[in-house]
Amino acid sequence: MQSDLSQPIQAMNVPVAQHQEVIDLRRRRRAGESLIHGFLFLSGVLSVFTTVGIVLVLLSQALAFFRRPEVSLFDFLTKTTWQPAIGEFGIFPLVNATLLTSFIAVIVALPLGLMIAIYLSEYASAPARRIIKPVLEMLAGVPTVVYGFFALTFVTAILRALLGSDRVEIFNVGSAGLVIGILILPLVASMSEDALHAVPGALREAAFGLGATRLETTLRIVLPAALSGISAAFIVAISRAVGETMIVAIAAGAGPRNFKSWADAVTGFKFLNPFTAAETMTGHMVRISGGDLSYDSIDYDSIFAIGLTLFVMTLALNIASRWAVRRFREEY
Amino acid sequence: MRDRVSQVPGYPDEKQFQGFIRRRRRRGAMWRTLFLIATSVGIVVLSALLLNILDDSFGYVAVKNEIEPAALLATYAPKRLPMERGGADYQILRELSRDVQVQILRDHLSQGLIRRLESEQPLDQRSQEELGDLIIERVVEPHFLASWSLFDSVFHRARIKAEVAEMDGASLRFYSWLNPKFVVSPQSSHPEFAGIRTAILGSLWVVAITILFSLPVGVAAAIYLEEYGQKGRLNDLIETNINNLAGVPSIIYGLLGLAIFVRALQPLTGGSLFGIGDATTNNGRTIISAGLTLGLLILPIIIINAREAIRAVPQGIRQASYGLGATRWQTVWHHVLPNAMPGILTGSILAISRAFGETAPLVVIGASAFIIRDPDGPFSKFTTMTIQIYQWTARPQAEFRHLAAAGIIVLLALLLGLNATAIWLRNRYQRSY
Repeated sequence: MQSDLSQPIQAMNVPVAQHQEVIDLRRRRRAGESLIHGFLFLSGVLSVFTTVGIVLVLLSQALAFFRRPEVSLFDFLTKTTWQPAIGEFGIFPLVNATLLTSFIAVIVALPLGLMIAIYLSEYASAPARRIIKPVLEMLAGVPTVVYGFFALTFVTAILRALLGSDRVEIFNVGSAGLVIGILILPLVASMSEDALHAVPGALREAAFGLGATRLETTLRIVLPAALSGISAAFIVAISRAVGETMIVAIAAGAGPRNFKSWADAVTGFKFLNPFTAAETMTGHMVRISGGDLSYDSIDYDSIFAIGLTLFVMTLALNIASRWAVRRFREEY
Repeated sequence: MRDRVSQVPGYPDEKQFQGFIRRRRRRGAMWRTLFLIATSVGIVVLSALLLNILDDSFGYVAVKNEIEPAALLATYAPKRLPMERGGADYQILRELSRDVQVQILRDHLSQGLIRRLESEQPLDQRSQEELGDLIIERVVEPHFLASWSLFDSVFHRARIKAEVAEMDGASLRFYSWLNPKFVVSPQSSHPEFAGIRTAILGSLWVVAITILFSLPVGVAAAIYLEEYGQKGRLNDLIETNINNLAGVPSIIYGLLGLAIFVRALQPLTGGSLFGIGDATTNNGRTIISAGLTLGLLILPIIIINAREAIRAVPQGIRQASYGLGATRWQTVWHHVLPNAMPGILTGSILAISRAFGETAPLVVIGASAFIIRDPDGPFSKFTTMTIQIYQWTARPQAEFRHLAAAGIIVLLALLLGLNATAIWLRNRYQRSY
């Protein structure tokens, strides 16, 4: 026993100064850790550099485009023909085709997608939902070139068979728009379903308790509560439709639909005709850059000017989506 | 109760009340049917998409041979009885002895062509299979005169047979455009021999570069944002930025890649800085440019998914690690990352399958339309499966459309495999705390 007790006594006899040398509890500087910290930080800000890079590249090349003697910003915005061969650069035909395809897509996808979302979230049985939801998400991952193939070989053929091949051209805006609608359908349905599903069940039960039918509960209680998520889904879908490239490159046509003048465009609503070919902004960029593009040609500069226009449009939609989420958010 | 209320003037009586309820129920049932119809329409349309691809991948073709295999067999291997059906004759040509095969080639091909083939690889050293293919390609020379979809082949067989009977020297064969030969053959301008091999290798190379670049950088960025960055203006900026980048159309990334990787960094991405590459690849339109462009494209997706996975690691694990005196990096490396790995990998695989499916940015940075040689490094010219499908779809001849459909099946099979891996990973390693 005594020898056991002697141990701590001996330890206490150790000089205090010696202890301090052995155990230093202050934080040490580690060169490796700072290095790692630096790498992590750089990776984090790389995304900022990417954005800056995109904006700089688009702006500088677009500026080079507008500096050329044959181009003017005013004509770019107001002329109704895009014919690089004869030096006419009016963005309207390209923007018009983009808006037309997106509009057709949206008309198809938004109502249908929302109805599918409502069915899955409010009506379908749990097993049905468990099967359909992952299938939808998987379809959202199908490459767009596959949808392009579908547009050209199937939808166009059906349109031509139904409406007459003299009325519907082989390459037409309508088929491209319809298929973009099919492309964004899973996105709309899946995102809206998420939003509807997130609405607390107590709200539904309260409505049922007051004697509301399932439809009334859905339309008057659940839908308004999920408005924030649904509007975000809609805007993201529109943004996807505007930026969609391969479907229009394959199915919409390989040349801008030009108009002699604004009057010509409006006559008989020619600019809205879905059965003729028209090249969208994205389609034009793909076709022009498909060949070996020389860096000092006007075509090279022009795709950046179109790209800038597209970037501004989608950026505005993204910002609108963020705003909508905040504006319509309901907290429970 | 109701009796008393219903005596209030203007309040509906029992009969009207029942009418209201009936009407509301009817409206409910009507809309319910409408929602169901919408869902069915969606399912029908999306199945049409898949069926359409299958429809174009198989079907009858009208084949015309320059020299019939049966005639060859009669001359060179009279003992072997030719089969009745067209397809089997080809197989017999592949099974002949090598001496006979070489003899056939020497008898039917020009001296110049033989010399060229010998210089690639001496005929005597080639395998039976290779020689057989060579005979079919160069001597038999089948041409597809016409082709039909699966639907037509099944339901309009009589009409097709009548049509083919009128064609001179043509025979009808049921052909699967998706076949082993299609997967291993390089691109060709003859649809009879075109394959997707170069495109598959190109896709794999491009995506390999993409992964090497975007996975470490994306995970590092996620770690920085979740574990290191203090809440502040810089972090908010980075966060908004990443969300915005995820919504930028892919073709814009193509423009970025064209201006930065292809044009500005040409000596680097063209390989001339390292003394590799030749005149055709020094323009910077190479695999590495494509890989980096797609890397930037999927970076936001990887970051967003990795952040969620890291955030799901419970705080207690970090605190335990700090409590034992671990530094921040030790905590991240030994505890947070291993726990978050399944989630990070699942998200990354989905991002990678996005990279496999991208077409537009690759067209913009200048993927080559027609390559026969396999890519042999990051500085070679490239084509990918999606580019190949796009090129085939854009051609007017029906035969190339069938090739595109077969290519799509290969691509979708690959993506399905990736997705299945992601789901398996999620289920296998999912932990609950």
